[in-house]
Amino acid sequence: MALLQIAEPGQSAAPHEHRLAVGIDLGTTNSLVATVRNGMAVVLADSQGRPLLPSIVRYAPGGEVAVGFAAQAQQANDPKNTIVSVKRFMGRGVKDVAHVENAPYDFVDAPGMLQIRTRAGVKSPVEISAEILRVLRQRAELALGGDLMGAVVTVPAYFDDAQRQATKDAGKLAGLNVLRLLNEPTAAAIAYGLDNGAEGIYAVFDLGGGTFDISILKLSKGVFEVISTNGDSLLGGDDFDHRVFCWALEQAKLPPLQPRDARLLYVKAREAKEALTNHGEAPITARLSTGDFVDLALTTEMFCDMTRTLVQKTLGPVRRALRDADLTTDGIKGVVMVGGATRMPQVQRAVGEFFRCDPLNNLDPDRVVALGAAMQANVLAGNRAQGEDWLLLDVIPLSLGVETMGGLTERIIPRNSTIPAARSQEFTTFKDGQRAMSFHVVQGERELVSECRSLARFDLHGIPPMVAGAGRVRVTFQVDADGLLSVNAREKTTGAEASVTVKPSYGLTDAEIERMLRDSVEHAREDMQQRALQESRVEGERLADAVRAALESDASLLESGERAEIELRLGELEKALQGDDHRTIKRASEVLNRATEEFAARRMDAGVRRALSGQKIASLGG
Amino acid sequence: MRRVVQHLKNHFELFGLTPAFALDPDRLDGAYREIQARIHPDRFAHAGDAERRASMQWTTHVNEAYRTLKNPVQRGRYLLSLQGVDIGAEDNTAMSQDFLVRQMEWREQLEAARGEKNADALQRLRAELRGERGDLEARIGARIDAEHDAKGAADLVRRLMFLEKFDDDIDAAFETIEA
Repeated sequence: MALLQIAEPGQSAAPHEHRLAVGIDLGTTNSLVATVRNGMAVVLADSQGRPLLPSIVRYAPGGEVAVGFAAQAQQANDPKNTIVSVKRFMGRGVKDVAHVENAPYDFVDAPGMLQIRTRAGVKSPVEISAEILRVLRQRAELALGGDLMGAVVTVPAYFDDAQRQATKDAGKLAGLNVLRLLNEPTAAAIAYGLDNGAEGIYAVFDLGGGTFDISILKLSKGVFEVISTNGDSLLGGDDFDHRVFCWALEQAKLPPLQPRDARLLYVKAREAKEALTNHGEAPITARLSTGDFVDLALTTEMFCDMTRTLVQKTLGPVRRALRDADLTTDGIKGVVMVGGATRMPQVQRAVGEFFRCDPLNNLDPDRVVALGAAMQANVLAGNRAQGEDWLLLDVIPLSLGVETMGGLTERIIPRNSTIPAARSQEFTTFKDGQRAMSFHVVQGERELVSECRSLARFDLHGIPPMVAGAGRVRVTFQVDADGLLSVNAREKTTGAEASVTVKPSYGLTDAEIERMLRDSVEHAREDMQQRALQESRVEGERLADAVRAALESDASLLESGERAEIELRLGELEKALQGDDHRTIKRASEVLNRATEEFAARRMDAGVRRALSGQKIASLGG
Repeated sequence: MRRVVQHLKNHFELFGLTPAFALDPDRLDGAYREIQARIHPDRFAHAGDAERRASMQWTTHVNEAYRTLKNPVQRGRYLLSLQGVDIGAEDNTAMSQDFLVRQMEWREQLEAARGEKNADALQRLRAELRGERGDLEARIGARIDAEHDAKGAADLVRRLMFLEKFDDDIDAAFETIEA
């Protein structure tokens, strides 16, 4: 499968220009952006040659927003306004956050997702993450010399719907066209698999700054198939730092610390942890604002002891993933190690002992996710010709269901279902004359709803009066290729159109995103009209491009009249694109989209037919 | 999606297979991948809304069809429904006396292993039930494909369904032991 060795020139299907696409690893501790250039995936560094961007955002006095190293340098001086590890707060409420008492932030609990009060106002984790993504977008545009056509943004495989939606919203807010949310271990598997021509069943063990994922994948000739995934979205390198921090507090017999001292000690704890990767002992020294002086020495042995339970905690999800895949460790050909926290020797050792093989470390665990995301972005942008790309089959990590009587969960789509997936279930009215039905959408594996994550509540109104049990409502769950859920409920007995579709998980509405865009520093200075025009053009050109390509390859599926209609609408869009009115472009795009619906359907159908005719068994009618 | 359904009589045809309980998993996997390679949303990520939507709907359908045929219980149930027999999983729990007795024995073994936190015993029980499932699948194949006895097969599919659920219970017991 050594696709990476194939030379790039002239590879795209049509002689279109190379579309600029990037992969972004939005990490708890560090973030990266990568792209495929001349057939090679490369991480894009900043102007000073630094590839990693610390995922730290500081709202400085005077309205400036500092991201990365500049923010990191100030974290101990201005802890309340310097947000680190914001990924831990994505799609989470205050009660979900571990060690919330140690975080120096002024949290505001809001329905669905917490917010943080800063000197620049109340900020949601989505807005804070968007600041990081915006810096990466600008870095990429500068390096590549043009606007990005799109980006693949990675998420922990074990992220639930709320966390995924929040990440996608952050991408939109940062002005990115998010081509796909890609699971981090899957991205790593792409990079590893293509680089090494790997075939067989592999495990990806991904311990990042704040999240842990384990994915079992089958790699075979151009197909990456995720068999199962598991994890813990509240377990990562941060927790190891926390153990060291608590130990230091205890050893130095310190009273509860001021936020600034706590941050300082945290930084020292992390530095000691990192030093232990290559040394047997590391000092922790800090002069606190109280005048106290901390001077401790941490040995590898002590560090292993205090973090043993954390390392053990990773093995539960590993066992579950293997069971779901119906495999034992004997069936695993290799374990790919991903995430900075896998550098810790005790993690390497535990994984090696569990799988009884040496973990695969030949890729930089900090970069491999971004590189894989870049490769996938390159494929999704259409920069590779058919046959030279690969197929990725991923799954949802957690079951989706609804609450039924007695607070129990009725599972509708089970975990590890290949996405996109849809499933329906019927519910009946339980009272005479019942006019409405309430639904509570949840995600998780527990039987009790109270132990699962609540994603949305909604009501279906307008059910015609009937006797109990006669009213039947069909609830359909659809999970798209990003792993995002939408739910539709429809009353079907009478056909009277009582129907509702919800996007759960407190996803931002377009209006909210627009408001946030207006509020953001960058865009306050930008002409919104200009931005709208720019966006509609990119979108319109992409569509025109795709329709032209479709006509080129599949015009035979159309009657001449149909073809003329599509060409007419295409011409109208092309004409609109010459002008500079974003509304006209948008409208022409919508009309062309509608005009090509039937064509799109026939193309999918033809795709199925061609797949089968290759096998010479098909007896397809029509 | 409607279009595919119009032309194809069932999930088997979608993958170019003859409707039968016994199927060649490699052929199913091969056909599934061939189709996915052409219609998966990743192929249309840069296309217009219409194509992206169509691709998602088709792929969803193909995934569901694949899942149904891949799993023996689902496949049996689906195949019987094509032949007009509903296995009545929800309300028809009648099973032969001797199968009920064995169920009770397995339950007791499961509880004992859980109580003793005996992972080896759980593993042995699982192996025994896997063997049982294999035998049952062979019998279902014979009943449906050779004897064309859909009604008779329904009872066997229900047993297989029980064994599949029991496997989940073993998983849960492992979880308890490991916790």
